[in-house]
Amino acid sequence: MRVFWAVLSRDLRLSLRHGADTLATLLFFVVTASLFPLAIGPAPDTLGRIAPGIVWVCALLATLLPLERLFGADLEDGSLDLLLLSGLPAFGIAAAKAASHWLVTGVPLLLAAAPVAVMLRMPENGIPALLLGLLLGSVLLSLFGTAGASIVLGARRGAVLLPLLVLPLVTPVLIFGAAAADAAAGGLSPRPHLLLLAAMLAAALPLCPLAAGAGLRAAVE
Amino acid sequence: MLTAEDVAVFRGEKLVFSGFSFTVPSGGALVLSGPNGSGKSTLLRTLAGLIRPAAGRLLWDGADALADVAGHGRRVAYLGHQDAVKPGLTVAENLRFAATVSRRPIATALSAVGLQELSDLPARMLSAGQKRRLALSRLLLSAAPLWLLDEPTLGLDTGSVERFGGLLATHRAAGGIVVAATHVPLPLPDAAALRLS
Repeated sequence: MRVFWAVLSRDLRLSLRHGADTLATLLFFVVTASLFPLAIGPAPDTLGRIAPGIVWVCALLATLLPLERLFGADLEDGSLDLLLLSGLPAFGIAAAKAASHWLVTGVPLLLAAAPVAVMLRMPENGIPALLLGLLLGSVLLSLFGTAGASIVLGARRGAVLLPLLVLPLVTPVLIFGAAAADAAAGGLSPRPHLLLLAAMLAAALPLCPLAAGAGLRAAVE
Repeated sequence: MLTAEDVAVFRGEKLVFSGFSFTVPSGGALVLSGPNGSGKSTLLRTLAGLIRPAAGRLLWDGADALADVAGHGRRVAYLGHQDAVKPGLTVAENLRFAATVSRRPIATALSAVGLQELSDLPARMLSAGQKRRLALSRLLLSAAPLWLLDEPTLGLDTGSVERFGGLLATHRAAGGIVVAATHVPLPLPDAAALRLS
């Protein structure tokens, strides 16, 4: 467990040093979301109707941005070998990496999501469900993203391959996440959608790090 | 004691080496030599458990070493081609992970390689030789008995090589094992030699 925290704190320290990368992800989220009112027009009815979808799609794309460097930098400079020799099983390393990705990318997006939703004129009664869905969904995105990043690790053109691999995997997260916010905005209960997200999280929490760990072992071979 | 029994390794479709057997006792050292591409680094990575041998066994004190790959990692201090130095962190911060894992003090390790005065400097300011010394100091932060070194003296000046010889001797005197791949003579007295072709 000590090694797990060591990996996590090492990654957080590195992200802090490269704060511009974190900020870039957040700005990407805000800027892409603000393109929609410009393209569709500022009519509150249209915009408010599609706001949950916009927030979710933009959050999804923003979480993809830092994934390529998640293991890439460590593979290039040899740090990944040392991480895998630290005594922590490979899935533990992957879990720590997923946790750091969520803390550095997921949490800032979660904080920015409410202001962005308000900017897009989303009905207020949908916002708690949107945030709750994003809370579960962002963890899922980090887990699936970590697994995807470890699988394309070392591949030529991995940066192009990564979204092609991860995006189809996370479509269920997008569907139920946006549906939860939509239902709440329309006056229905978001509960079933959120429960489905939670169920996915319960399955992904052990499985994604296992897959990512196997990917890491294969990458250093 | 580290024993390799008939170890064979494939890289993709290509057989790198096969039928490899040797034993290194506690306090012993093994120097791997051979031309570029002969599989020295591959052998070191196999001994570290990073690459799975296609055939043969790796024994540690008579028991299968790779039965628990993560646990084997705790026995290994690996110094690869690359220094694994993060340019954005300071010299001391680069060692913090290794120090947390082993609970050993960073300052002692840095002074053993003569970098104590640079500990607050960003690692990007270091020269190639200083980065190598920083990577070497990680060996001292590890409690692992098996040191696997890939060209450890690459880029080091003669003074640093001498100092490194002292570190190797201390490690071996404490019962540690050193396996090193190299093209240049290393300060490893009475080491066994293994030539790969």
